[in-house]
Amino acid sequence: MRGGLFSLFNRVGAWVLLLFLVTPALIAIPVSLTPKRFLSMPQGELSLRHFEKLFTSQEWLSSFFQSGVIAVSTSVLATTLGTLCAIGLWRVSSKYSELVRAFLLLPLIIPQIISAMAFYRLWIPLGLLDSYAGLILAHTILAAPMVLITVSASLATFDPKLEQASKNLGASNWTTMRRVILPSIKPGVFAGALFAFILSWDEIVVTLFISKFSVYTLPRRMWNGIRENTDPTVAAAAVVLIAITLIAFVIFAIQSRRNTKNTAS
Amino acid sequence: MNALRKHIHPGWLIIAPLLVMVMALYLGPILNILWLSVTDPEPGFGNYAKLGESDALIRILWTTVRICIITTVFSVTLGYSIAYAMMHCHQRQKNYMLTLLLVSFWISILVRTFSWLMLLGRRGLVNVALEDIGLIAEPIAFMRNELGVLIGMIHYMIPYAVLPLLVSMQAIDQRVMDASRNLGASGSQTFLRIYLPLTTPGLVASTLLVFILSLGFYVTPAVLGGGKVLMVAEYISVQLLVTLQWGTAAMLAALMLFGVLAMLWIMSRFMKLSTVFGGAAR
Repeated sequence: MRGGLFSLFNRVGAWVLLLFLVTPALIAIPVSLTPKRFLSMPQGELSLRHFEKLFTSQEWLSSFFQSGVIAVSTSVLATTLGTLCAIGLWRVSSKYSELVRAFLLLPLIIPQIISAMAFYRLWIPLGLLDSYAGLILAHTILAAPMVLITVSASLATFDPKLEQASKNLGASNWTTMRRVILPSIKPGVFAGALFAFILSWDEIVVTLFISKFSVYTLPRRMWNGIRENTDPTVAAAAVVLIAITLIAFVIFAIQSRRNTKNTAS
Repeated sequence: MNALRKHIHPGWLIIAPLLVMVMALYLGPILNILWLSVTDPEPGFGNYAKLGESDALIRILWTTVRICIITTVFSVTLGYSIAYAMMHCHQRQKNYMLTLLLVSFWISILVRTFSWLMLLGRRGLVNVALEDIGLIAEPIAFMRNELGVLIGMIHYMIPYAVLPLLVSMQAIDQRVMDASRNLGASGSQTFLRIYLPLTTPGLVASTLLVFILSLGFYVTPAVLGGGKVLMVAEYISVQLLVTLQWGTAAMLAALMLFGVLAMLWIMSRFMKLSTVFGGAAR
């Protein structure tokens, strides 16, 4: 180990940095509690009126609902397609399948503004602009690589001999998939579904391009609120989002702990 | 049909749905954009020639590259420090650090941008606090300039920088360092001549990843730059949604795309791409 003093300095620095990463978001909490009608820090008295407005406003509620529908559909679709594809690539595993894998990861790394342009360009002639189907399809293409990664990671630890054994015992391809492969890669599928949900729930750049009036997701409404920079309801929405993030994180942590325990025992 | 079946692995059947979808709905329009960059408004390299004629375009490109470089340098340096600390402390402390890192990774980009807006504004918390303790007389302009954009971007990119570094540091055999110390090298010699070179793949991957992500970054520059700091992504969106000039936007997108693909290619020579993103996704 390197000079104790330097290590200590570095560790303190790292903690400061990590707190710097997390704490700024917390400012949304006091701002959301301001009794005033404009964005401000509360002085003295606190009020829940902006939360009340958030949960009674038709607009915000419909955005929560629409984002939920889109994120759940995206997650289901991306998880199904991504899992099937990951299993296929794992079974083929040749030079070509690795090429295909690299290609399928592209939507994750190509700048979102370019993806947004591409979807916008194609959704105009297809009539998918400003529709649920358009957003779900676009988000699915962006989210499927996540599922591909997490499921492939699970498959890497799966023993192919189990598949062979199942087939030798007379199980069909479909039975083997359902009863042998899927149960073993459940953690990867679960993580992929969660990541796909979050990606869609939080997606703004592509959404800005391909939605307008009839579909108005939560990030879209927050974006508007941030640009207008006056209404504290945005702060209340931010607090709700932070809470949801934390809940999702806890679920994920518990689930992955359970999985590591299962594999250990 | 049977002959065909023998040559094609049945696995391709379940690969096909996603592959076809991505090809038709994603690759197709991207190729179309590349095509537009040399055909709209008229065939030829007119759009690319604009780079030589228009100072505004050059300025936007330069702003983008400059901000990306500064963001990358800071994020990777700070990320290295975090990753190093995480690798060299007790498991328990490491778990807490990882939790903080991942929580920040998961908090919505919009929430974070909103927070910076509240913190950095003229009457934001930072300025008010600094004035209250008498450190400054006039509010510092954090927003509507590059400083604000950089703060927001570095804040967003640090977790992305840390994860590939962690992966590569985890792969290092601690005994190599012990050997170096036993042979009489000092702590800093061991770090500079053994540890740092061993983490090069992680450093390269983390640098390129952050640079690529910064290059196309839209939300933070648009909000914290407040229209004063124009980067390529925002310019493209204005071209498409306001002035409806597909040609120029397509040309800029093509430049960005080729840049990104080139960097990905370099990156793939240092680290398996799925490892980089596998780390990023977790």
